[in-house]
Amino acid sequence: MKQTTRTLSIYSSDTAGTASMLYELGGMTVIHDASGCNSTYSTHDEPRWYQMDSMIYISGLTETDVILGNDERLIEDVCKAAKELSPRFITLAASPMPVMTGTDLDAIADEIRARTLLPVFPIHTNGMNSYLKGASDSLLAFLQYFCKENVEKTVRPSVNIIGATPLDFSINGTVESIRKFLMEEGFDVISCMSMGSSFEEIISAGKAQVNLVISSCGLAAAKYLFRQFHTPFVTGVPLGKRYAGHLAQELRKAIKNGENSFSCLYDRSIPQERENAPAVIHESIFASSLACALEKDLSIPANVIVPEELQISLYRKDADIVAECEDSLREILTHTGTLIADPFYQALISENQSFIPLPHEAFSGRCFRRANKVLAARDLSQWRDILC
Amino acid sequence: MLKKINGRMDISGAEISIKEARYPAPFEPALEYNMPARGHWNIVHTAMLVPGLHQIYACARGCLRGVILTAGEMMEMERMSFVTLEENDYFNGRIEDEITEGVTHILEQLEEKKKLPPAVMVVLSCIQLFAGIDFPDILEKLRQRFPEVDFIDGYMHPTMRKSGLTPDQVMRRQIYDALKENTSIEEKSVTFIGNDHAFPDSADQVKMLKENGYTVRDLALCKNYGEYLDLARSSLFITNIPPGRHAGEALQKRLGRKVLHLPVSYSYKEIRHNLLLLAEELKIVSPAEEEFRKMEEKADLALQKAKEIIGNTAISIDHTATFRPLGMARLLLEKGFHVTKIHADAFTGEEKEDFFFLKENHPSLMIASTVNAKMRFAGKGVNKGEEKILAIGQGAAYFAGTPYFVNIIADASLFGFDGIIRLAEKMVESFKIPQNTEQIIQIKGLGCGSCLL
Repeated sequence: MKQTTRTLSIYSSDTAGTASMLYELGGMTVIHDASGCNSTYSTHDEPRWYQMDSMIYISGLTETDVILGNDERLIEDVCKAAKELSPRFITLAASPMPVMTGTDLDAIADEIRARTLLPVFPIHTNGMNSYLKGASDSLLAFLQYFCKENVEKTVRPSVNIIGATPLDFSINGTVESIRKFLMEEGFDVISCMSMGSSFEEIISAGKAQVNLVISSCGLAAAKYLFRQFHTPFVTGVPLGKRYAGHLAQELRKAIKNGENSFSCLYDRSIPQERENAPAVIHESIFASSLACALEKDLSIPANVIVPEELQISLYRKDADIVAECEDSLREILTHTGTLIADPFYQALISENQSFIPLPHEAFSGRCFRRANKVLAARDLSQWRDILC
Repeated sequence: MLKKINGRMDISGAEISIKEARYPAPFEPALEYNMPARGHWNIVHTAMLVPGLHQIYACARGCLRGVILTAGEMMEMERMSFVTLEENDYFNGRIEDEITEGVTHILEQLEEKKKLPPAVMVVLSCIQLFAGIDFPDILEKLRQRFPEVDFIDGYMHPTMRKSGLTPDQVMRRQIYDALKENTSIEEKSVTFIGNDHAFPDSADQVKMLKENGYTVRDLALCKNYGEYLDLARSSLFITNIPPGRHAGEALQKRLGRKVLHLPVSYSYKEIRHNLLLLAEELKIVSPAEEEFRKMEEKADLALQKAKEIIGNTAISIDHTATFRPLGMARLLLEKGFHVTKIHADAFTGEEKEDFFFLKENHPSLMIASTVNAKMRFAGKGVNKGEEKILAIGQGAAYFAGTPYFVNIIADASLFGFDGIIRLAEKMVESFKIPQNTEQIIQIKGLGCGSCLL
C-alpha cells in the first residue's frame, strides 16, 4: 500500500537536503519550523554538526505565529541574527506548517534582503519532498545567485564535482577519494559542491572544463552550468577500478566534444536473467554507478532499484526498477539475487538471500555509519564470492 | 561571527548574570540553535516504555524522519511504523481514510505474522491537528476492526509547545491512556507516574513505602503488558517531575485515584515536606525529627567529601540534567561549591523561589541560553580558558568543552536525600575520570538501547 511503511526507514527531507548542501558555504540557513526540523537534521542527517560550525537555525514557529501569520517576527529574528553573525548569504526554507498556511517565503526573503542588504534566497521546501529536491534546489539557487559571471576556462583539464553531501557520501573519505582519483587522472579539481570546498572555489566553478555529477541532486546545477558556461557534464561516481577509469575517459571525451554523458545510465547492460541478478538500492546515480562497476570490474551485471519517494532520481526507464512502496519492494526483492543496500532493507529479504550492506545516511542516518566503506576507485573483488 | 578584542567569541545577549535575568524566560525568543547533546528523551523513547506498544506515526516526511530513526537507533524498528502524508492528502478530503487504511494495512501485516501488538499508539502532528482532522473517527474505526488492541491517540505537535501542554507532557499523559477505569484497587500499593527511570530501592520515598509494606509500581519497571495494566491497581499515584504532573492529574480525573505531586527537589526543607506529605496521605508513621536529622547529616557528609575533592573548581549545570537546575545550584552554592553557570532557556514554576533567592544572594551566577543563535559558536569550550570545569549534564559539558561531567538526564532518579548523596558521589567520580564528551553526549536517549554504543 502506497505511503504505508511497516518496517523500513524514510529518506531524509528537503529541508535537510537544503541545509546539508549549503552547510559549508558560510551562509545562514533558516528553516521556518517549530522544533523538530533542526534536531532531526543535526542528529540524523548532519555528521558535521559537532565538529564544524555552521549557521543552521529554526525560526521557532509557535501556534500564535501560525494563527496570526506573524511573519514580522521571522523577519526581525533573521535580520537580528544576520547583523550579529555576518553570514555571506541567507537561505530560507519551510517546514509543512508554514507551507500549509500559505506563508509567502518570497516576500519574506525580499523584506530581509532589503533590510540586511545580503543575498537572500528562499528554497521552496515543504518538509514532504525528499532530500534530493531540497539539495538540488538550493545548489541551483546558490549558483544562479553567485556563479553567473563569465570566466576563462582553465588551460589544464579541470573538473567540478557536483552533488556531494554527507547524506549520500557520509564523511568516511569517499568524497576525498573521488577528488584524489580525479587528480591522479590529471584533472584539476576546481570545486566540490558542496563538501570540502570554499565559497570562493564554488563560485569560480565556471572555470572548469567539465563537471562530474555524482548524485541526482547535482543534475540541475550541472545543467545550469552547461547553459551558463557551456560546461559539459558526465554523470557517475567513480566506483570500483575499471569503472572509475572509464568515467575518467568519459570526462576527457566530454571536454573534447562538449557533449554531456549519462555514463552511469548507459555504460552498463541489463542483466539477462533479471530475476536472479544482484540488485542495488541507493541514490540512483550512486546505485547506477555501482552497477556499472560490478559489470566492468567483476563482469556481473546488476539491477538498479529506485525508491519512488526519492522523486528526482536520474534512472534508466528501460532498465531500472522503480519501487513504489514497501509492499512493492518486498515483492521485487523476492525475485532478485544478492541485495546491495542499506542494512535497514535487509528486513525485507528472506534469511537465505545474500546481502551486502551499503549504508546510506539519507536513509538510516548514523545507525550504520561505522560500517560505511569507501568504494570510490577501489577494488571490488572481495564481493565476487558473495555475488556469484 | 564577531570576535571580541580578547579573541573570544562574542556571545553577549546569549548569557547574562542572574542579577539581570528575568523570570521565567531570561532570553527573548529568536532563531534557535540545536546543541548536539542528545541524551534527553523524546516522545518515542517515552512511549517505548509501554511494553509491547507499537507506535504508528502519520505525518510529513520531515516530521517522520526523527521519530523513525529514534526507533532505529534504539534497535526497535519492529515497534515502529508510519504513514507518509503528502501535500495532496490535505486537499483531497481523504486524509482520515488515508490514515485509517494505512494503519489497518500495517496491523493486518502484523496479524498475519501473529505479532498483533496489545496496544497501538497512532500519532499525528501539528499539521493534521490544524487541519481539523477527525481523530476520534479514525480511532473508532480502528477499534472496530481490531477489538483486541488498545488504541491510544498520540500527538507530535511542537508548534503548540509554547501555548499549552508540550508534546513531552502530552506523551507522558497518553502512555497511561490504556489503563482501564474498572481495574480493581489494591490497597497498600503506589504507582509512580511520569518518570523515565525507576527509583532505586534506596530512594527515600520508595524506602519509606516498602518499609511500610507497600507495593511500588512504576512503568519503567514493567516487563509486559499485563504489568503495565496493573499500574492502575494502585490506590495512590505519585508524580515527581514537572512534565509528569499533568499525567497524574489526568489519571486522577479518569481513574478516580488520589494523586500526590511530590516534586523532585534539592532543598532539604522541600524533601522533608514531601516525605511528611506522603506519610500523612498514607497514614503511616512519618520519619521522626531524629531520622530526618540523620538523613540530612548523611547528605551533608557526602557533599562535604565531594567539596574536599572538587574544591573551588567551576561547576556548570544544564536544564537537561535536572528539572531543578536552580535548586541544584542553590544547594551546591550553599554547601560551598563554586557554581558559575546554568544553561537554561526557561524555568518552571517550581524554580521560582530558587530563582529569586539566587538573584539576591548569588547575583554573579551566569544564566546561558542553549538555543540562542550565538551559542552555535560557544560550544566545545570555545570560550574556555585553561581552568578545569565540572559540568552537570551533557549540554553543560558541551558548552564548557570539558571531559569532566556528570552524565545524567532528567535528574536520573536522584531524588530526595538519597539522590543528593548519589549526586555527590557522581560528581566526585566525574571530577576524577575524564570522559569522551563528543562520543557520549551524541547518543540519543540516555539509558535506552542504542546501536551506536
